[in-house]
Amino acid sequence: MAFPQPKPEKAEMPSKLLRTVDCKQGAVRAVRFNVDGNYCLTCGSDKSLKLWNPYRGILLKSYTGHGYEVLDADGSFDNSQLCSCGSDKTVILWDVASGQVIRKFRGHAGKVNCVRFNEEASVIISGSIDSSVRCWDTRSRRPEPIQIMDEAKDGVSSLQVSEQEILTGSVDGRVRRYDLRVGQLFSDFIDSPVTSVSFSKDGQCMLSSSLDSTLRLIDKDTGELLGEYTGHKNSKYKLDCCFSDKDTHVGSCSEDGKVYFWDLVEGSLALAFSIGSGVVQSLSFHPRESKLLTAMEGNVQLWGKQSDEEETVD
Amino acid sequence: MAAPTEQLDYVSFGTPLELLSEDEPLKRPVPLQEQTVKDDRGRIKRFHGAFTGGFSAGYFNTVGSKEGWAPSQFISSRQQKAEKQVFQPEDFMDEEDLAEHGIAPREIMTTDDFASLTKNQIRSKAQALSVLAAPIPGATVLEDLIAASSYCGKWDGKKDKFRISIGVKLLRKMGWKEGQGIGPRVKRKLQRQRNGAGLRLYGCSLPPEESDKSEEEDDAYIPENVTFAPKDVTPIDFTPKDNLHGLGYSGIDPGKALIGGVLEEHIHLFSVESERTSNLLGSEGYSTTRKIGVSGQAFGVGVLEEEDDDIYGTESLSRYDTVIGEEEPGDCMYGWSAPYEYSKKNAEFIKDIAYAGKILEGFTKPSKSLSIKKIYLPPELPRDYKPVHYCHPVMSTSNTSYQKSSDLMTSCRQMERAALQNSRHQMNAVLRRNLIEEPTLPGPSSVFDLLSNEAKKRIKEVKQAVEQKQLSQSLPSCIQTVSTDEALRAWQNICGNEIGTFKPFEKIPEKQARYEKYISKLKQGRSDALEASLDSQMTEWERGREREEFVRAAMLYKPSNSTLASRFTQGKHEDDSENVYVVPDHEDDLNDKEAAVKMKMFGQLTRDAFEWHPDKLLCKRFNIPDPYPSSSIVGLTKVKKDKYSVFNFLNVMENTKPHLKQSQSDLSTNQKPDKASIPLKSNRQSRWDVPGKENDKKDSLSEFITFARSQSLSERQGSQPDSSEPAIIPKEQTAPTLDDLEEKRPSMDLFKAIFANSSDDESSSEGDGDDEDNQQGQNKSSLIKDPTSLIECQEPSKNKTKETFSNQEECQPTKSSDTSENLATQEEFGPRLPPVVPYGTVSLSSGSVFPETIKRKYKEKQNKHKPKMDHKQKRYKKKKKHRKHKHKSKSKKKIIEGCTSSSDSTESSGSDTGASSSVLSTEELLKSIHFTIFTYGIRFIKIACAELWPPAGSIT
Repeated sequence: MAFPQPKPEKAEMPSKLLRTVDCKQGAVRAVRFNVDGNYCLTCGSDKSLKLWNPYRGILLKSYTGHGYEVLDADGSFDNSQLCSCGSDKTVILWDVASGQVIRKFRGHAGKVNCVRFNEEASVIISGSIDSSVRCWDTRSRRPEPIQIMDEAKDGVSSLQVSEQEILTGSVDGRVRRYDLRVGQLFSDFIDSPVTSVSFSKDGQCMLSSSLDSTLRLIDKDTGELLGEYTGHKNSKYKLDCCFSDKDTHVGSCSEDGKVYFWDLVEGSLALAFSIGSGVVQSLSFHPRESKLLTAMEGNVQLWGKQSDEEETVD
Repeated sequence: MAAPTEQLDYVSFGTPLELLSEDEPLKRPVPLQEQTVKDDRGRIKRFHGAFTGGFSAGYFNTVGSKEGWAPSQFISSRQQKAEKQVFQPEDFMDEEDLAEHGIAPREIMTTDDFASLTKNQIRSKAQALSVLAAPIPGATVLEDLIAASSYCGKWDGKKDKFRISIGVKLLRKMGWKEGQGIGPRVKRKLQRQRNGAGLRLYGCSLPPEESDKSEEEDDAYIPENVTFAPKDVTPIDFTPKDNLHGLGYSGIDPGKALIGGVLEEHIHLFSVESERTSNLLGSEGYSTTRKIGVSGQAFGVGVLEEEDDDIYGTESLSRYDTVIGEEEPGDCMYGWSAPYEYSKKNAEFIKDIAYAGKILEGFTKPSKSLSIKKIYLPPELPRDYKPVHYCHPVMSTSNTSYQKSSDLMTSCRQMERAALQNSRHQMNAVLRRNLIEEPTLPGPSSVFDLLSNEAKKRIKEVKQAVEQKQLSQSLPSCIQTVSTDEALRAWQNICGNEIGTFKPFEKIPEKQARYEKYISKLKQGRSDALEASLDSQMTEWERGREREEFVRAAMLYKPSNSTLASRFTQGKHEDDSENVYVVPDHEDDLNDKEAAVKMKMFGQLTRDAFEWHPDKLLCKRFNIPDPYPSSSIVGLTKVKKDKYSVFNFLNVMENTKPHLKQSQSDLSTNQKPDKASIPLKSNRQSRWDVPGKENDKKDSLSEFITFARSQSLSERQGSQPDSSEPAIIPKEQTAPTLDDLEEKRPSMDLFKAIFANSSDDESSSEGDGDDEDNQQGQNKSSLIKDPTSLIECQEPSKNKTKETFSNQEECQPTKSSDTSENLATQEEFGPRLPPVVPYGTVSLSSGSVFPETIKRKYKEKQNKHKPKMDHKQKRYKKKKKHRKHKHKSKSKKKIIEGCTSSSDSTESSGSDTGASSSVLSTEELLKSIHFTIFTYGIRFIKIACAELWPPAGSIT
């Protein structure tokens, strides 16, 4: 006698504040979970990049070497390296343990908005205000990028890298997906400047947020619109959007100091909770658990499910 | 003294050593390695030890490498297996070695089998001599014998000696025998004749009658059908005379002398080595009996010899010609003179004698001579004949389009056909094309197709004028009056300022100057404009031509310049290449896409797919096979396009119409900076800031054009509702209609404002900046002085500030995290980063002498008040610098993209730099766009440069 599959537990969105960390590095431009979600990186406007244990609020390491604000960062798959980019037009590859700069990639003509490792951390891909996406080789010592994708007509605000694709969102209102395996560039017109793009965990969908205060879920293969999510406010700033850990929800920052979550399928607003009075600049969803990091002004908040216990460390 | 006397006593040998003077530094002895010996060619010679037979080594003395005999390397890897090399001695020898050591150069030669014998003559002679000189003379005869018997020879060493040339072999195969002549077999009589001819007679010979008689007797018993082989021919001896002997003298042939007098010497045409031996042996039938044996003076007469006639036999002296004087006439044969009479029997022969040397056998002299070929003189050309063909008189003078000319030609052809039905020489390319029904070439056949109808009409008029001129074959001056008047009429009503807009004769400055003079006079309405402006020093012909050109240019350029001049400017640079690489732009149909987005019809409508070639290394790093393994392209595939093609830029033009609003508003703020009452919401808004206006995809070019138009109209016409461009309307006071735009030109003031040196503006803006600075300074000081007032500012008193600076910008959320200086100098791009609410800790990170509170508050204040203007100034300056660089480096890159992105940049820069500098930014924009028009001497379209970077700065 076959038992029916247990009904999947309804995903609970993180809404309980577990911890607030004052990063003491000026405005936090971006907060990013590492690959396994145990640590996080914060990019400060005081030129520093910091590695935290967000659960305990402990600063693990501070990486200094940027000449201007740090705008984005990413950790490698093995947690041994970090990459970051900033207004100083450079992309820096860091050694996690020693805090030393391994490589500094110069070549962008404007500030670098976003940076990602590829899966094996052999390439760093960075998108800049100079409307180019550059692929930097971490294995060799050559100073120039492997390839420059300058198809964007305006600054590149956000990018994501999957196993075989590079997804970029540009201010020219397009989401471009460079498929290496197929050897094609798919350009989807969104019209409004794209501030953030994201791949779903299953790799079938793309999420884009744009300055018309709308999140759009787009089918990766056809470019069809699968869902539209509105309700938040995003008309000025480059705000992040994300999928939840199980792709059940999509979330976005908002300029009204709240974080919004929508049900992915229904498109209905599932959750909105206030973080503060400022603009929620950045957020990062835990890769496996229902945990959320948000950055507002100089603080980073960790959010968890209601059942999660607030960890206290002094 | 004793010393000199002593010296005299000594006997010295050798060269004395040089006396050492103490001043000179000691000469270093030449080191051993520099003591060299050189050979006759100046090469350094090396000694190679005991025997010199080895090959020399090293450069010059070398095997081709510096090291000389360097050990060869042996490299063998998995990829490249080493090949086994087999060296020959020759590999280590240079040409010199090969020459020295007698190794013959490798070259293509005829093999011995086919080689002629002449080359071997020397050798064979030497051989013969050696035979004679041998201890036993004729010792080699044995060898010869043996070899001859088996001449195909196993004796390789001797083979060449006995070989028979291929020619002889062939002859033998054909039945030739040695001793015979070559040719068809002949009858007896002929042969005899030949005999006579070929016979060499010395001294007295039998009278010919007798010989004839005997032959006749022979004939008696020789049957008719028997033929004989022709006698062998004595080859003419061409050996040059190189001795002092008398003519014809040859020393006694040792071979013959030895054997004894050869009664009848016979030189064979194809004398073979073996033949000589047969001669020696005397075995051949035709020669007299000879015996093997040793004979000669030294040995006396042998036992075997029958006669001893030749004991002291030299070549018999009887054979020498001992008689001086003419031979008897009857003798008829050879003397020292040419044979003048052969036989009196044949009368014909006498006739032939003159040709004796020339007529070949089998040919006879013709009896009647050929008639002399008559040569006709070419016809005389008529006096007025011109060797150049003119297609049609109309074509030569009037500038009709190709199409028209072809039409003309076809119409002419009807007429011509009657006269010149078959004359293909009368046809030109157009006719031929029509004949073979080839389609006309695609595309505009001439620049005239690009002209407006109006212009075409005018050209037509000019053409007609010229045609008229041709028809009436009157004085050139009166023809000109027709066209000149027309030009006068055309120019008179233009009281314009646009003299130098188009410079048709720019290449020749003087001519251009004259032309301008002419134009100015035309404008004054002077009828003698043309004559007065021409250079009187020129020849009549030159003047005539220039007259024509000026009139035509005046007709052409006047009408067009109002329409064209507003759009184009002269090119500043020469274009270095004809083509540009352009990424095929499929992303241009934005209107459709916008519509699709609005209708939420994402998918096919909004998606573009391009072939994109990832870098090979990128694929490798991603662990992905290269999708295009064979291609060398990286990135998008590009299309080569004609640089001057207007179509390259058409997509730029397309979606440019409706976007004037922003720059308009900028302008208006610029012009009326005092009036804060004008709604200026858009002033600070960049693309990032104004999502609602996103669909305003602007293009700098069109923006400018429309802007310029509207500007001029606003000045000229006053306000008028615009029907064609509804998008512009809302904020515009005046709006132009397209037709008006064509006709009316913006006033010069506008152009001055745009193109003229910007120093005024700059200074004014700088003044503004100074004011601002002062203001800020005051603020600052007041702030520092009065910290209590800061509390107010700290509160979210946005409204207040907004009011104060409403004409500048919308108040933005403040950022206090950075130091104010950072903020001030910072370049801001792209989407704004959200602000951070000031918090106390910030100041901790910045070391400063101010008390914390003051500093913080000051910062806030700054953020709210000062930085706005400050940023603008600094950023503006910075941008200027920035742009210079860009212009240098990027000017030729990505034209289209430049254009499109420049729209954004304009937008933002206009808004960014704020009210005071918006004019400047417009100006820069204009500078950054060069049009060069090139049509019929006019430069055409080139958008040299545009802002490449995305919108600069939105944040403060």
